[in-house]
Amino acid sequence: MSFVPGQPVTAVVERIEIQKLSQGPNLVLGFCIGGGIDQDPGQNPFSDDKADKGIYVTRVSPGGPADVAGLKIGDKIMQVNGWDMTVVTHDQARKKLTKKNEHVVRLLVTRKTLEEAVKQSMSRPGPS
Amino acid sequence: MEAGDRTLQVLEVCEASEEIKGVIVTTEEDSNTNSPPLASCRSTTKTSQDDNWGETTTAITGTSEHSLSQEDIVRITKDLEDSVGLNCRRYLTRILAVILGVLVLLTPLAFLVLPHLLWPDKLQKCGTACEGLYISIAFKLLILLLAVWGLFFRPPRASLPRVFAFRALLSVLVLLFVISYWLFYAVRILEAQDADYQGIVQYAVSLVDALLFIHYLAVVLLELRQLQPCFSVCVTRSTDGETRHYNLGQLSIQQAALAIIEHYYSDFPVHNPALLSASKSRAAKHLAGLKVYNVDGPGPGNNPAAGLAHSQSRAMIAAAARRRDTSHNELYYEEAEHERRVRKRKARLVVAVEEAFTHIKRMQEEEQKKSPGDVMDPREAAQAIFPSMARALQKYLRTTKQQHCHSMESIQQHLAFCITNNMTPKAFLESYLTPGPTLQYSRDRWLARQWTLISEASVTSGLRDGTVFLLKCVDFSLVIAAKKIPFVQMSEEYIDPKSHKFVLRLQSETSV
Repeated sequence: MSFVPGQPVTAVVERIEIQKLSQGPNLVLGFCIGGGIDQDPGQNPFSDDKADKGIYVTRVSPGGPADVAGLKIGDKIMQVNGWDMTVVTHDQARKKLTKKNEHVVRLLVTRKTLEEAVKQSMSRPGPS
Repeated sequence: MEAGDRTLQVLEVCEASEEIKGVIVTTEEDSNTNSPPLASCRSTTKTSQDDNWGETTTAITGTSEHSLSQEDIVRITKDLEDSVGLNCRRYLTRILAVILGVLVLLTPLAFLVLPHLLWPDKLQKCGTACEGLYISIAFKLLILLLAVWGLFFRPPRASLPRVFAFRALLSVLVLLFVISYWLFYAVRILEAQDADYQGIVQYAVSLVDALLFIHYLAVVLLELRQLQPCFSVCVTRSTDGETRHYNLGQLSIQQAALAIIEHYYSDFPVHNPALLSASKSRAAKHLAGLKVYNVDGPGPGNNPAAGLAHSQSRAMIAAAARRRDTSHNELYYEEAEHERRVRKRKARLVVAVEEAFTHIKRMQEEEQKKSPGDVMDPREAAQAIFPSMARALQKYLRTTKQQHCHSMESIQQHLAFCITNNMTPKAFLESYLTPGPTLQYSRDRWLARQWTLISEASVTSGLRDGTVFLLKCVDFSLVIAAKKIPFVQMSEEYIDPKSHKFVLRLQSETSV
């Protein structure tokens, strides 16, 4: 997940589909985001690279739609419904997630364990 | 009437009897105030009043060798008040206090001694318990003496207009108490010639105990009760608006006034009437700007004069509101100019003083061999360096309108004081750069004898929420408003020390 300037960002991602839950007049997803290009990346406890200004999941409410769909705390969100989340401001990210006419969000998230799982499976001897 | 005539005559012509009454006020030349013949030889009889009376008479109030003028009388009563009246009252209270003290002190001793004098043979021998009581009486009397001396025989701070209610109450109580004990003693012991001496000694001990308790009551009523702050008073000086707030306990109005005056002397900057002249001239200019003429003449109302004044003032207010007043401009530029001038003078002054202070230094031990002509004491040192800074200081004081607060003598004294105590030039200048409290200046600025308490409520009644009274001094007055300190209701919340837990937070976190 490290970012080399000038090179495209590559990451191993997981596809997560969350159904929005309607609570009164709002549609909630059940998690909290932090980060953005207008925020201070040094204060992000979940990022490896303290210069990473991406959108991270900071809290997941237990039993909520995000928890059910498998979102974990500390995940970095790469895409929401096809919209890029790696170079957006905090408010733009919030807007993309809380569109009132969409009831489903499809996220592409990445976490360190995914990369390690891929590395492990690549280093394991292939099925004989 | 001749123009050079120096007597004033008021002639009343009485139609019925052609009598002429004359009232003469004499000048220095004439000596007698009652001289009707003088009037009669210059009278003009039976005619109407002289039309030129207003223009040709002179009114002179002066003194002659034998009569007193009004001013003299006022001056004498003031002197009397100042010297004799107030002292008389102070000495009276002192004397009463001493008499009461002596009475209180001697009564138990008298109780003990009188049986021995009057019926020594009938008296029972004083046993051990009784003699033990002698020791107890002796020490209790000593304690009482010291306590009374400590509480009541302190130098008085002020002379208040009315009697201090609690003190009067206590002295009446003590008097009644001692009298009742004497009555009982006289009736039951002296007349019956009681032989039981121990009983008499115990009676005397009970008197001293009760006096100690009354003294305790006195401490509580006179000293302790007013310590707990109960009111917050706001003191404002009427001429320049200086305001301070103090917390006072439950006091009578005159005592609160005394406490406030004592605070005034230490907290308020000295009253400087020269600083108020600018606003007075502005006020005069406002008034002089408009003149009102009444073109209609006196109307048919029943009080045309009042109606005229009313309509005039209304017209003036309306016109002043509409007029484009540019006096604010003047004020702004004048103040900016004044500020600049003060700063420039201050800079010159600071430099001059610093330079002056470098000319002298403390004599070290090894320099003692210098000739005695060179060695100066602080006063001479001050006089030596004063001329180099005198001009700058004088100009600065004149710019800030403080020149009448400081005399040359006081400046030199202050300089000697600063030199003696190793103060820096900045420390020396501090008392001239900012106006200090009133006591710092000379005695004639203190005006300590000229305070008047003006109050709608009685001055011996206690302070209440919303009490307002005035303390008038010669040039200004202090307006005092009291407010009760609110009743504070405090509640408690317990925090478990284990509940202090923290989580990290990104700079901003939104829940979606």
